[in-house]
Amino acid sequence: MPQTSLSHRLPQQAPAAVITARNVVKTYGDFNAVDGISFDVQQGESFGLLGPNGAGKSTTMRMIGGVSQRTSGELSIMGLDPDQHGPEVRAHLGVVPQQDNLDEELKVRDNLIVYGRYFGLPYSYLRPKADELLEFAQLTDKAKAKVDALSGGMKRRLTIARSLMNDPKVLLLDEPTTGLDPQARHILWDRLFRLKEAGVTLILTTHYMDEAEQLCDRLIVVDKGKIMAEGSPSALIREHSTREVLELRFGSERNTTVAPELGGIGERLETLPDRILIYADDGEAALEQVSNRGLRPITSLVRRSSLEDVFLRLTGRSLID
Amino acid sequence: MSQHIVSQQLRLEPSRRPLGSLYAGNVRAVFSRGVKATWGTNWAIMVSGFVEPVLYLVAMGIGLGSLIGTVTGPGGAEIGYANYIAPALLAVSAMNGAVYDSTWNVFFKLHFAKLYEGMLYTSLGPLDVALGEILLALLRGALYATGFTAVMGAMGLITSPWALLMIPAAVVVAFGFASFGMAITSYMKTFQQMDWINFIMLPMFLFSATFYPLSVYPEPIQWLIQALPLWHGVEMLRQLSAGIFTGAILVHLLYFLVMIVLGLILSTGRLRKLFLN
Ligand SMILES: Nc1ncnc2c1ncn2[C@@H]1O[C@H](COP(=O)(O)OP(=O)(O)OP(=O)(O)O)[C@@H](O)[C@H]1O
Ligand SMILES: [Mg+2]
Repeated sequence: MPQTSLSHRLPQQAPAAVITARNVVKTYGDFNAVDGISFDVQQGESFGLLGPNGAGKSTTMRMIGGVSQRTSGELSIMGLDPDQHGPEVRAHLGVVPQQDNLDEELKVRDNLIVYGRYFGLPYSYLRPKADELLEFAQLTDKAKAKVDALSGGMKRRLTIARSLMNDPKVLLLDEPTTGLDPQARHILWDRLFRLKEAGVTLILTTHYMDEAEQLCDRLIVVDKGKIMAEGSPSALIREHSTREVLELRFGSERNTTVAPELGGIGERLETLPDRILIYADDGEAALEQVSNRGLRPITSLVRRSSLEDVFLRLTGRSLID
Repeated sequence: MSQHIVSQQLRLEPSRRPLGSLYAGNVRAVFSRGVKATWGTNWAIMVSGFVEPVLYLVAMGIGLGSLIGTVTGPGGAEIGYANYIAPALLAVSAMNGAVYDSTWNVFFKLHFAKLYEGMLYTSLGPLDVALGEILLALLRGALYATGFTAVMGAMGLITSPWALLMIPAAVVVAFGFASFGMAITSYMKTFQQMDWINFIMLPMFLFSATFYPLSVYPEPIQWLIQALPLWHGVEMLRQLSAGIFTGAILVHLLYFLVMIVLGLILSTGRLRKLFLN
C-alpha cells in the first residue's frame, strides 16, 4: 500500500500550488532539452504546455512524474520532490504518456485491474472501477480482447482509462487525443471537464489549438526548452495577435512573389508556403485594401485570431507539421 | 461537493519507509502480474526446459550408468552413477527454470514491451519491479526442481529423507540464478550479447562436476569451476542427497546469498538508470 496521506489544511491559508517548478533544467549530454522553466499550477486548474516538436514538453511531463531526474532547479508536486519521493507522488498521479505502453500480454480489462494493483489498491475497488472506465472508454465489448487486437484509437482510449484507475489528484496527459476520432475526442473533453469540476488538476500537452482553447485555463508556450509566453488562451491571443486575420492564397508558386506587394496592409504579415496571413483588427478592410492594389487571390478568408497565430508569432513555426 | 474538495489543500506526506524512492512494498502486484501473463502461454518452452535435465538423467544415469556401475559419492560411500548425477541435474533444472525467465523474458520486456516503463509510472519503485520479476523466475526454477525431485523419487534415486531438503536448497539456487540473471540481462543491449549467456551456460552445465568429480581437472581449472555458481549448487545438492552436512554447505549458501543480494542491487540500479534517469 502507498503510505501517503492527504492532510486537510484549513481553507483560509493562502492557496499553495499543486505543482511548483523553478528554473527546471534537463540536460542530455550538452544539450538542454528543458532550459530553465518556472511555473505554478493551482489545484483544480487545467494547465497546458504548447510547443513545436522537440520543445521539451514530454521531458517536462516526465520530470513532473519523477521518471526523469531533472538536472537542476526545483520541482514540487503536492509538496514533495518527485525525484526523492517518486512512489508517493505517483500514487496520486494519473499518467497518459505520449506513446502507449499497455501490457500486451494481458487482456484489456486485466490491463486496468493489474495496473490498479501496482498502486496497491484492492480488487474490491478495482473490479467495478475497471468496468466503469471500460464503459467510459467505450471498450466494454472488448474487455476480454487482447491488447494487440485493438485499433490505435482504442489503445489510446484504454491508456486514458488506465490513467484514471487510481483516482488521481493530478492528471498528466501528453497529447491525449492524438489518434482519436472526433467523437472520441469530444467524449474525452467532456470527461476531462467533469474531472476538473471534481477538483482534479490537469496538465496537458497538445498540438490541437481547439483542444488547448477548450480545455486549458492557462497555458505556457514552450520553444527550445524555454517559456515564450504564459497566460489564458484569450489573454495570449489579445497580447500576441490582432483581433482578426486575413488569409490569402495565391497558389503555392505566387505566395512569395506577391508578399512584397502587400506591405503596409494590416499590422503584420506572415508568409507561409501555402498562404499569406495578414494580421489586422479589421480583416474585411484589409481585404479591400488588397483588392484596391489590384491583387486577386484565389481564395480569401477573414477569421478571428487563434492560438495558432500566437504560436506562429512566438515560435516562427506553424503547429501542425 | 466539488467545491468542498477544491477548498482542501493537497499536501502529500513523505513515506517514512526505508529506500522510499526505490521501494513501495508492493512486490506482490508485479509477481501476480507475471503469473497472470505467463499462465497458459509458453507451455512448450516451459516443458522443454524441464524435460532436458530429465532426459540427461535417463540417458546418462541409466544408459551410461550401466557401463560405469558405482562411483564414490559424497562422504566416500559407493553409490550408483544415476544417484551421483541426479542431484547435479536437479541443480541444473533449478538453474534452467530461473534463467529462462530472468534473461530472455526480461530482455524482451526491457527493450520491446515497455512493461517496466509502464510499471514505474505508478507508485511502484524499481526494487518492487526487480524483486517481483526475480521471484517469478524463481517460481519457475522451484517448479522445475520440485518436478525433478519427483522424477528422482519415481526412479528410486531418493535414498534418505534428508534428500527432501534438496527442494528448498534448489529454490535458493534458483533465487541466485534468477537474481543474477536479471542483473546481467539488464546490462545487455543486443541479441548478440544475449547469446553470450547461452555460450557460458552450456560449458558451465557440462563441466561443473555434473557428470564426474572435480578432481579430474588440473588445479587452475578446478579453481575456475569453483568460482562459478553451478558448481556450488551441484555440490550442495549432492551432499544433501546423501544426508551429509558439512560446513561446506554454509559456504555454498553464502555464495548464493551474495548472488541474490548483488543481483538485486544491480537490477534495481539498472532499472532506475534506464527508466528513472
Ligand atoms: N532520452 C533522451 N536522450 C537524448 N535526448 C533526448 C531524450 N529525450 C528527449 N530528448 C531530446 O529532448 C528534446 C525535447 O524532447 P521532448 O520529447 O521533450 O519534446 P516534445 O516537446 O515532447 O516534442 P513532441 O511534440 O515531438 O512530442 C528533443 O530535442 C529530444 O531530442
Ligand atoms: Mg512529446
